[in-house]
Amino acid sequence: MNLTLKVWRQKDSNAKGQMVDYKVTEISEHMSFLEMMDVLNEQLINKGEEPVAFDHDCREGICGMCSMYINGEAHGPDRGVTTCQLHMRMFKDGDTITIEPFRAAAFPVIKDLVVDRMAFERIQQAGGFISVNTSGNTQDANTIPISKHAADEAMDAATCIGCGACVATCKNSSAMLFVGAKVSQYALLPQGQVEAADRVRNMVAQMDLEGFGNCTNTGACEIECPKGISLDNIARMNRELMKASLS
Amino acid sequence: MALNSRVPEGPIKDKWTDYKNHINLVNPANKRHIDIIVVGTGLAGGSAAATLAELGYNVKAFAYQDSPRRAHSIAAQGGINAAKNYMGDGDSTYRLFYDTVKGGDYRSREANVYRLAEVSANIIDQCVAQGVPFARDYGGLLDNRSFGGVLVSRTFYAKGQTGQQLLLGAYSAMNRQIARGKIEMFNRHEMLDVVKIDGKARGIIARNLITGEIERHSAHAVVIATGGYGNVYFLSTNAMGSNATAAWKIHKKGAFFANPCFTQIHPTCIPRSGDYQSKLTLMSESLRNDGRIWVPAKLEDAKALQARKIKPTEIAEENRDYFLERRYPAFGNLVPRDVASRAAKERCDAGFGVNATGEAVFLDFASAIERYGKTQAKIQNLENPSKEKVYQLGKAIVEEKYGNLFQMYEKIVDENPYKTPMMIYPATHYTMGGIWVDYNLMTTVDGLYCIGEANFSDHGANRLGASALMQGLADGYFVLPYTIGDYLSNEIRTGKIPTNTPEFDEAEKEVNDRINFFINNNGTHSVDYYHKKLGKIMWDKCGMSRNEQGLKEAMTEIKALREDFWKNVKVPGSAGEMNPELEKAGRVADFLELGELFAKDALDRNESCGGHFREESAEIDGPQKGEAKRNDKDYAYVAAWEYKGEPSDAILHKEQLEFKDIELKQRSYK
Repeated sequence: MNLTLKVWRQKDSNAKGQMVDYKVTEISEHMSFLEMMDVLNEQLINKGEEPVAFDHDCREGICGMCSMYINGEAHGPDRGVTTCQLHMRMFKDGDTITIEPFRAAAFPVIKDLVVDRMAFERIQQAGGFISVNTSGNTQDANTIPISKHAADEAMDAATCIGCGACVATCKNSSAMLFVGAKVSQYALLPQGQVEAADRVRNMVAQMDLEGFGNCTNTGACEIECPKGISLDNIARMNRELMKASLS
Repeated sequence: MALNSRVPEGPIKDKWTDYKNHINLVNPANKRHIDIIVVGTGLAGGSAAATLAELGYNVKAFAYQDSPRRAHSIAAQGGINAAKNYMGDGDSTYRLFYDTVKGGDYRSREANVYRLAEVSANIIDQCVAQGVPFARDYGGLLDNRSFGGVLVSRTFYAKGQTGQQLLLGAYSAMNRQIARGKIEMFNRHEMLDVVKIDGKARGIIARNLITGEIERHSAHAVVIATGGYGNVYFLSTNAMGSNATAAWKIHKKGAFFANPCFTQIHPTCIPRSGDYQSKLTLMSESLRNDGRIWVPAKLEDAKALQARKIKPTEIAEENRDYFLERRYPAFGNLVPRDVASRAAKERCDAGFGVNATGEAVFLDFASAIERYGKTQAKIQNLENPSKEKVYQLGKAIVEEKYGNLFQMYEKIVDENPYKTPMMIYPATHYTMGGIWVDYNLMTTVDGLYCIGEANFSDHGANRLGASALMQGLADGYFVLPYTIGDYLSNEIRTGKIPTNTPEFDEAEKEVNDRINFFINNNGTHSVDYYHKKLGKIMWDKCGMSRNEQGLKEAMTEIKALREDFWKNVKVPGSAGEMNPELEKAGRVADFLELGELFAKDALDRNESCGGHFREESAEIDGPQKGEAKRNDKDYAYVAAWEYKGEPSDAILHKEQLEFKDIELKQRSYK
């Protein structure tokens, strides 16, 4: 198929960006979206132009590095996938596709489609851990039975890949789905109880400091999340925060 | 220079304990004055960085991604082995040790493998304490499953995302230390050289991938944890950025490179679909617990499948060839990866491939769905359930076990694997070879360590499933933090290492010269053009089966390609900015050297062992006809190569392998 691409080009974080049009031809429906971008870049290099910079790494939907905003949706039109898993069969011959970076005040553009997600790192550093040293002398893993339901629910929250689609999608640029997922994983497990109050307080404080917005329950984040992280995690985070303020 | 493995004396089961009892320690006050650089933040690097910081050292950690959490360990699916014997099926430290040595076709170092098996149980305890949500049964205890090449269930898992959960565990431990200032994290930085002073590793030169700035970093010891070199094949299950640059640079500065030809081609990957393909996707080995691998028994059925004239479900049971079950009745679909891959290639080469390219076999879940469905019907007291009901009940169980993998398959291939069998074909996945290290995980350069997939030590010529995560975390959490202390106990009086020395000047100049060459070369071909060509040579001549002629050709062709690359490569943009093409150019330049050493090593090893299959060395007749033939008399050694300029001039050093606790046998899975 033949396509027109409208791609955000921006030299560096200080430069002013703009949309630039490109044409790509003979795109196979079996290609992934990023393989289509590879074709565009090869074309640009051969013409002596600078290729489009974009983040990507594992190309199997788990590292969370890829991040494009395609036709107005984080990770594009398919559901439950990251951009690297999006396939060209979702598009039609002759389509015009708009490709932008994830946009949020807390995610400044570094170059073209690459954004800086260090705000997520700092939120995790504020409390996204259990304070246990590596000793080799921790108690046997089966000492504390954990109900299968709690373990499964914690796992569902823990599958977040930290891509930032929730933030890019939210009209308030809220990071509550991301933070809620981490808070929930630990809140659901006995190992996480000891520090639960401090954790939620510190992570939420850092989230606010980074300039992410609040949640107004539109639920767009849950729909666009490539890993299907549930809104319940936001509710759980709010409960945990409430509990922490009472303790 | 003679290789000294520094394996402690004494019975194998006491070696590690005795060793720990007698090493030198660094007192806590002195640790505050010692700096350690860790390059790479996957399971090995991440766990090492966190543990070293907890101990009190000042750690500087480097990752080319924007966060440690994105290292490719995250993509490991199936699980992690540990000799816990929770299932009561006869597992033990010895059995895990034995399985790993046998699975590696007797080409690993016994003492290292025993230590790995010994600390495996601690890893599970540690990860649970960190909040890793492993799968549990209804009683609330940890669940296990089985993997290839073993007869017990010792694999712990978190759905099909075990690597992700373990890496997030190590990442959380790192975050705690970053917050305390004990780890200084350098995201989006790539190491481009190591700096040696008086024969010791004292720092690195790194490039800031956002600004293009070249930086100097000093330390009392340097740890390389940058993973494997599978991307030498261009197409592999590795991440796009996975590269061998750090390992290759330290090789050029004196670290020996061991067994480069030991590469794992994983049997269950999604077959390639076209020339534009940028990477291959793995379908976890855990699927072989329940999936049955087959091709048509009749050539005409295969031809019809290739032409898409019939559907796989139209082929009757008696016309199917479950070739792994047929050839290996004892292990069936759960033979080790090298064996399964070669068997699939053998059938496809004989014309029985099942897709348009003829390079695919089926992985079928129909009988598993039926089996689980019947069990569920019994549990629910359903009498004479309909076929549909059984399918429905069985599908739910399969979905719970492998749902995310099935979904991934469907998104890529656009077929529903609950209804039609999956198609799979082998792909490059893991490299057992790597930087040579001694028992302390130190390379042949003082103060320079190498851990995880980047080193060579534990998996011999073939790695068993769910052992990579085990080794990465064992090295990082439980081995390196002890062994490095023994070395650093001599560094307490050294003081801060300055970076304004001639050694740093020289290393930085070399790095800058190379970058400037790429930017100014103004050639005709893109970096990918060369990478794809290299990949094709490697796959055709150094792939699943190798012979003398092909390997000699590979060496000549790679050398010619490398020369062409240095004349005609084209890198757009400038040095002082984010420039992904420039990053790739440096990595491919190193692969173009490593590939040739790979072929040289494969040529030297005229035996078949593990993932290395030499056509000249196969069983000619008897019950093992066609199977790989190992040669313990001439090749029971680790091939450690010393850099001498051109890869073809590399000098071979042999570490003779001694097997005192395991009898050398033909590896039979029949």
